Amino acid sequence: MNRILVVAEHAGGRLNASVAKCVSCALAIPDAEVTVAVLATDGTAVAAAAAEIHGVARVLLVRNPASEPALAAVLAPQVAKLAAGFSHVLGPSTTFGKDLMPRVAALLGAPQVSDVMAVESAVRFRRPVYAGNAIATVEAAPGRTLVATVRTASFQGAGGGGSAAVETVTVDAPLPAHTRFVSVSAAKSDRPDLQTAARVISGGRALGSKENFALIQRLADRLGAAVGASRAAVDAGYAPNELQVGQTGKIIAPELYVAIGISGAIQHLTGIKDARTIVAINKDAEAPIFEVADYGLVGDLFSLIPEIESQL
Amino acid sequence: MRRILVGIKRVIDYNVRVRVRPDGSGVVTDGVKMSINPFDEIALEEALRIRERGGADEVLAVALGPDDAQQQLRTALAMGADRAILVKAGEPVEPLAVARALLKLVERETPALVILGKQAIDDDCSQVGQMLAALWDRPQATFASRVEIAGERAQVTREVDAGLETIEVDLPAVITTDLRLNEPRYVKLPDIMKAKKKPLDVTDLAALGVEAEPMLKVLKYEPPPQRQKGVMVKSAAELVAALRQKGLV
Repeated sequence: MNRILVVAEHAGGRLNASVAKCVSCALAIPDAEVTVAVLATDGTAVAAAAAEIHGVARVLLVRNPASEPALAAVLAPQVAKLAAGFSHVLGPSTTFGKDLMPRVAALLGAPQVSDVMAVESAVRFRRPVYAGNAIATVEAAPGRTLVATVRTASFQGAGGGGSAAVETVTVDAPLPAHTRFVSVSAAKSDRPDLQTAARVISGGRALGSKENFALIQRLADRLGAAVGASRAAVDAGYAPNELQVGQTGKIIAPELYVAIGISGAIQHLTGIKDARTIVAINKDAEAPIFEVADYGLVGDLFSLIPEIESQL
Repeated sequence: MRRILVGIKRVIDYNVRVRVRPDGSGVVTDGVKMSINPFDEIALEEALRIRERGGADEVLAVALGPDDAQQQLRTALAMGADRAILVKAGEPVEPLAVARALLKLVERETPALVILGKQAIDDDCSQVGQMLAALWDRPQATFASRVEIAGERAQVTREVDAGLETIEVDLPAVITTDLRLNEPRYVKLPDIMKAKKKPLDVTDLAALGVEAEPMLKVLKYEPPPQRQKGVMVKSAAELVAALRQKGLV
C-alpha cells in the first residue's frame, strides 16, 4: 500500500481548491491510501471540507495558533513529523506548496519531484522542465519517502461525497520564532478566482495603461470570468502581480481563455496551454499567440472589445 | 566582515528556444549560448545594492556545476561580486545535494544573508533555497519582490498567489528572488577587465564532504504536446457566434 499525505492549503477558514487536485494526483498512485493534513489554529471547517473530498481516507487535524497565517518555517517541522510512515507527501504547486514542500523534503532528507503533471507509477512521474519546452519522466529510488508538488492545472479536482474520519492529533516539534508574518495585501474582488475560474479574460501590454485595463475587467464581468494579465502588463503596472498568468505567475486550465493584446511569449503560453479553448485578439497577425489559439481575431482591441460586448 | 552569499547557476540562455534531443536523452546544448540563470542575476544585483547601501561588506558568488561555470562566475565578478567559488560537479546535482554543498560553504563563510534565485530556468525545481534554509535551521523568504534590511532583521515582501505578503525574518536568512525585485545592471568593459583579477576559488563536492547520491533519475525527455493552430475569424460577431455554438459564452 502507498500511504500518501496531502498537505492542505487553506486561508480564512476555507479549504483551497488545490487540495482536491492534490487528492486526484494521490489517487492516481497505485494502491493509494490518502490522508489529508490540516494545520490550523482551529481548522474545524477546513478539516470537515477535506473529509468530504471523494477518496480521502482520513483527515489529520493539528491545532496550533502558530500555524496561521501559514509560514513554511513553522509548518515544515510539523509536516515532517506527521510524514513518518507515509510513502509520499504531496502539496500543491501554488506559492504555498512551493514555499513549504522543499523545506519538508530537506527535513526528511527526501528528494522532491516538483510540478507533477502525470503519475506513471508510485515512483515515476512526468513533469515540465525548461518552462514547459520539455517534459521529463522522472523516477525516484524506491524505499524512501518521496515529496512532490502537484501541478494543479494538470488534475481535475476530486469530487465531493466523501466522509473521512477527522482525527485531531498533536505534533511534538519545536517551532522557530525567527520568521514572523507582517501583512498581506490582496485586492478584494468579487470576480471568480483566477486559478479555478472556468473563464479567464487576460490583458497584455497593448492595453497601454492601468485605466485602459479596466476594459478587460468590464468584459470579464460581462462573462462572469476571472481577470488575468501578461507579465508585461504586470511589469508595466497595469495589473497587480497576483493576476499574472504564465510560467512565473499562475498556471491555469480554464474552459475558455481569452488573451487580449498579448503577443504570447513562451513563458505566458506555458501558463495557459492546458486551457480547453484559447481565443486570441491581437492587432499583429504574426503574434505567436495565434499559433496556439483555437480562435484568432486580428484587429484593434479598443474597437473589438465593445463590439464583442454588444454581441453578448 | 558582513557577507552576502549569492548562488549562480549556469543555464541555457533564456532567449534560446530549447529543443529536446531526438533520442530523448536531454535537450540540445551544442553551440547553445549559456548564461547566468536570470533569477540568480537578480539575486546578485540585490546583494550588490545592499552592499552599496552599506548593508554588507562583501558579496560572494558561488556556483555548482561544470568547469565552464567559471564563465558565469567571471560575469558575476564583473557585475560587482568581490570573490567567487566554483564547486565542481560533473553530472547535474539534485537540489538537496546542492543545498548540502551550500550549507558547507555557509558554515565556512558565515554570511548574514544568502540570496538565491527562486528557481533555475532549466530544471524549474524551485527547491534549493528552501532546502538550504531547512538544513541551516534559518528563516526563508521566498519569491521576494522587495527586501529591506534593518540591523539583524529583514522585511521581505513576497509575491504569493493572494497578492503581496510581507514577512519579517531574523538574520542570517535565505532569500529567493522573484522577477520584479530589481533590474540587474549591465556589465561594462572595464569591469570585465577588473574581474579577471578577482579571486575565483575552485573546489569540488568531495572536498566539501558532500555525497551527491542520486535519488532521482530522469528516464527521458520529450517535447511537449503541441496545440493545433485553430481558425482565424473575421469579426467580433463571428467570434461570439463560434463561442456561443461551443457553449462557452
